[in-house]
Amino acid sequence: MSLTLRRSRVAAAALAAITALGGLAACGNDDTPAAGEKPAKLVVDTFGEFGYDEIIKQYEKDTGIKVELRKTAQLNEYRPKIVRALATGRGAADVIALEEGILNEFKANPANWVDLAPLVADHSKDYLPWKYELGKAPDGRLMGLPTDVGSLAVCYRRDLFQAAKLPVERDQVAALWPDWNAFIETGKKYRAATGKGMLDSVTTAASAVMFQQGGDLFYDKQDKVVADSSAAVKTSWDTAVAMADANITAETATWSPEWSAGFKQGTFAATFCPSWMLGIVADNSGPENKGKWDVAPVPGGAGNWGGSWLSVPQQSKFPKEAAKLAEYLTSAQSQVAAFKLKGPLPTNLEALKNPEFLAYTNEYFNNAPTGKIFGDSVANIQPLHLGPKHQAVKENAFEPALRSYENGQASKEKAWEQFTKDAATQGAF
Amino acid sequence: MSLSATTAPPPPAAPPRPPAARRSRSHKLTRLDLKYSPYLYIAPFFLVFGVFGLYPMLRTAWMSLHDWNLIGDHSFIGFDNYTRLVTDEYFWNATLNTFGIFLLSTVPQLLIALFLANLLNRTFLRARTLFRMAIFMPNVVSVAAVAIVFGMLFQRDFGVINWVLGLVGVNPVDWDAERWSSWTAVASMVNWRWTGYNTLILLAGMQAIPRDLYEAAELDGAGQWTQFWRITLPMLTPTFVFVVILSTIGGLQLFTEPLVFANGNIIGGDQREFQTLAMYMYELGIENLNTAGYGAAVAWAMFLMIALVSLVNFLLVRRTVK
Repeated sequence: MSLTLRRSRVAAAALAAITALGGLAACGNDDTPAAGEKPAKLVVDTFGEFGYDEIIKQYEKDTGIKVELRKTAQLNEYRPKIVRALATGRGAADVIALEEGILNEFKANPANWVDLAPLVADHSKDYLPWKYELGKAPDGRLMGLPTDVGSLAVCYRRDLFQAAKLPVERDQVAALWPDWNAFIETGKKYRAATGKGMLDSVTTAASAVMFQQGGDLFYDKQDKVVADSSAAVKTSWDTAVAMADANITAETATWSPEWSAGFKQGTFAATFCPSWMLGIVADNSGPENKGKWDVAPVPGGAGNWGGSWLSVPQQSKFPKEAAKLAEYLTSAQSQVAAFKLKGPLPTNLEALKNPEFLAYTNEYFNNAPTGKIFGDSVANIQPLHLGPKHQAVKENAFEPALRSYENGQASKEKAWEQFTKDAATQGAF
Repeated sequence: MSLSATTAPPPPAAPPRPPAARRSRSHKLTRLDLKYSPYLYIAPFFLVFGVFGLYPMLRTAWMSLHDWNLIGDHSFIGFDNYTRLVTDEYFWNATLNTFGIFLLSTVPQLLIALFLANLLNRTFLRARTLFRMAIFMPNVVSVAAVAIVFGMLFQRDFGVINWVLGLVGVNPVDWDAERWSSWTAVASMVNWRWTGYNTLILLAGMQAIPRDLYEAAELDGAGQWTQFWRITLPMLTPTFVFVVILSTIGGLQLFTEPLVFANGNIIGGDQREFQTLAMYMYELGIENLNTAGYGAAVAWAMFLMIALVSLVNFLLVRRTVK
């Protein structure tokens, strides 16, 4: 009896030792700082290229706080990392860049994020007003400070336009398509001359049209899914369907291997470019096509596609300093520096007026004055209401249905039915 | 392994001890050591399994009984998630896709593996080690790399496969736009990757068949073909079933290949033509934060399906072996 007892005690002790070891390993860096202590280091999470490398060096010099910049290349690898950190309550950075789709989704659970308003100066007049407003959660807390916007433009291939006997200069190309009907007519001319599709696919155009409309897209102001009755969605859908009917696209789904290869191979001659897309176009086309691409305004007026905010998660041990860092990184000065380094468009009103920003030309795109083209359109962007799962509805319901129609897998009615049905499930939150 | 365990039988009932307390103590320790240390040796596996296998399974089961938001609240709803599964069109779509791709990949794969293993088992083959190693190579390559390369091969506009088809006058196929074509493309990745692996296991099974059986058959005048049908295949049945069960478990959990083929879009094709169960589980459980509980239910449904299919396989084998 005593023997069994001792044995089980030994076993229990061994088990306890093992668990304790594991526990220790897990809690090794869980030291809580004393109140008011200055952090030795802050961690910043970004995806793609935010252009913070140089700015952070200056911040370190000014404050004596070290900053670790963690970059993730692809958004679809970035999001699961943040979700994991939020779900488990550990591992999040002190400052996290949130893309508009993610931000809207995370707004449904605002308790995970620090209210920045009391921690930073009043910036409500410093940014594009709609952009600043979108950073607020439904419960009123300021969840994020604005970094960049995508804006909208058309990237087109000068050499392919020339081969199709279309004008090639920016202004003349802009004059080709004052509105979407004219754009479709241009596509028909291109098809007649070359036998190819001018545009990569209907979905990029559909995004552009939708973002131009402004107002409610897949959700109304109460965040109810209104995909089947929203005017902006309907306009976007009808324009895309008209393009598919006019046969002006190369039917290459965005991000597919056909699409990536198409830039080099000249499968298509135009795509819609938010400013963050310029780098992707350049990468996919390669150095041998430098100077062949150019940038022109979109048909139908300004719109915004994409853009981000900087937020501080509740689990940060230094919310005050983290908020200050976010404020620093989104200042007018930082935004101009970031734009010059990697190209994210400023949202700070002062930065948008900065002469260095306005004078910037992009060498790869035949020296297009991208600062001016995007800067001009930024001022005219219509405020949008995206709602919590805009991205999922767009990518998993709207675009697949449109593509199904574009490549003949579904009739017009069938595709619309597929979209509205999936929008309801994808849009639930 | 089991042999060494049985050579150490439990010590016989203790005979009366001499009174020396010290000796009895050391004897007790020895007995303890003999009796319980094997458990200590195997403990690491069970600890690791407990932490990374059992706990997640039980937690998933617990989650599946809730309306669970991954980064928010959750509430108990009993078996509602499971009843919802029964009428979920996309769940059954994913099930159909999974089994379709599974059949397209497993059947040709095992036939080819059997053929190759038989070839490698021949005594007259030169440089056998080289061939055996080479055939395993595809399995060492990372899945993502395989999927990316195959994605390019099966590309619509500039893919090699469409180019070859074009040479014989077939119109270019839009591989990811149809059910049959996308299944074929995904299955071909699985086949390429796992045929060599299965070949090696079957080969090992073949080498365990006593050679004298073949010698006797040869003396009786049986040819290569007869020997294969009458000796190799029947003696190989247990190995074959093992391979089938492994392929079942792997095939029903297919995830990376179709996901990369869909350019990372979790719905797997514009009309979900090749969304597998694992992808649907990920869509609900990880991508859609608010349906984590429902995703957990899909995970358990998948587990039950795999267990069921494996059980059927096992019963079939047991009957054939008897």
